[in-house]
Amino acid sequence: MTFINYASREINCKIVYYGPGLCGKTTNIQWIHEQASPEKRGKLVSLATETDRTLFFDFLPLDMGMVKGFKVRFHLYTVPGQVFYDASRKLILRGCDGVIFVADSQRARLEANIESIANLATNLKDNGFDIRNIPYVLQLNKRDMPTSAPLGEMERLLRFRNEPMIEAVANKGTGVIETLKACARQILMDLQRN
Amino acid sequence: MGKLDLVMFEEEFTQLQEIIGRLQVDSSSKVVFLVDKNGQQIAASGDLRSIDATSLASLTAGNVAATDGLAKLIGEKEFSLLFHEGEKDNLHISIVGKRGILVVLFDHNSSLALVRLRVKKASRELQEIFEMVEKRAQSQSGESSKFESPFSEITDEDIDKLFGD
Ligand SMILES: Nc1nc2c(ncn2[C@@H]2O[C@H](COP(=O)(O)OP(=O)(O)O)[C@@H](O)[C@H]2O)c(=O)[nH]1
Ligand SMILES: [Mg+2]
Repeated sequence: MTFINYASREINCKIVYYGPGLCGKTTNIQWIHEQASPEKRGKLVSLATETDRTLFFDFLPLDMGMVKGFKVRFHLYTVPGQVFYDASRKLILRGCDGVIFVADSQRARLEANIESIANLATNLKDNGFDIRNIPYVLQLNKRDMPTSAPLGEMERLLRFRNEPMIEAVANKGTGVIETLKACARQILMDLQRN
Repeated sequence: MGKLDLVMFEEEFTQLQEIIGRLQVDSSSKVVFLVDKNGQQIAASGDLRSIDATSLASLTAGNVAATDGLAKLIGEKEFSLLFHEGEKDNLHISIVGKRGILVVLFDHNSSLALVRLRVKKASRELQEIFEMVEKRAQSQSGESSKFESPFSEITDEDIDKLFGD
């Protein structure tokens, strides 16, 4: 749900990073936080366990600049990846404008990626969204790992609607901004249609 | 449900802001926020300098969402009120209509009873405005042409510019 405020001339968009545990969701927004200039970024809020596992969500507000005289602000959220946090994941999807699915390229995690996409579809549906038409990007992360599966195989297993597919090494920042941009583009183009 | 954008116009925003401002004065509180259930701040009043309002909005919404989840688990529709008591400052969080959250931050200059009383009145007024906004949104989703979106001509260049290239 995009919040367009004509009084303060602001557009707020909520983007959710989704994916299995340890695929690199938090790393994506940590990198964006480190890289963004201080006047653009808000505080990175992490509700994490003592061992740095996301407990509820990470949150990063970003001021992107102006479009058509409106200030554009993105609110980035990550979900906790572990299977047993499903109730929290569903809550975080509430009112989202776009989803970035972060896949873990390691061969051993292929199954976990597939399960997580299925889980995303269910949780989106419960929030009144359709995974087939919401702004959506597939990020193939951890491309640097020696155990990563070939690109073609990942595409065949995980890509289902010709969505933008971006290779990434999140802890090095590779592909991170490109992914966000691909999602932002779809959201803003959607505003145009509605 | 799903994709129903919240579009707020000048006059509605001014009205909301007025109610929030009055509530803050009448309840002798430090700050009052009106937040959307999805975590976005709608309006605020009071001394905002010492507070990270964006984080507050997001965490409040997370808190309310989690509490909603708890309510459903035990068969309640929702808990309409949350109260957090600190050593100096207290947070009074209540639900307004379907999508609003009202957050009142107050200290010893006020009291829970006073805040409660004032919130009740303000909530009713806020709800009326929310209903108006919603009604308009619904009537417009049918005939979108009447409402000229300023985003009808977003280009790839606009998006590139946002990302600084
Ligand atoms: N080698 C490698 N490690 C990564 C990459 N992205 C994230 N990591 C590491 O994977 C671990 C889990 O990342 P995290 O962002 O916490 O996962 P989350 O559970 O999805 O939030 C951390 O130790 C990261 O440093 C990547 O592209 N390559
Ligand atoms: Mg995480």
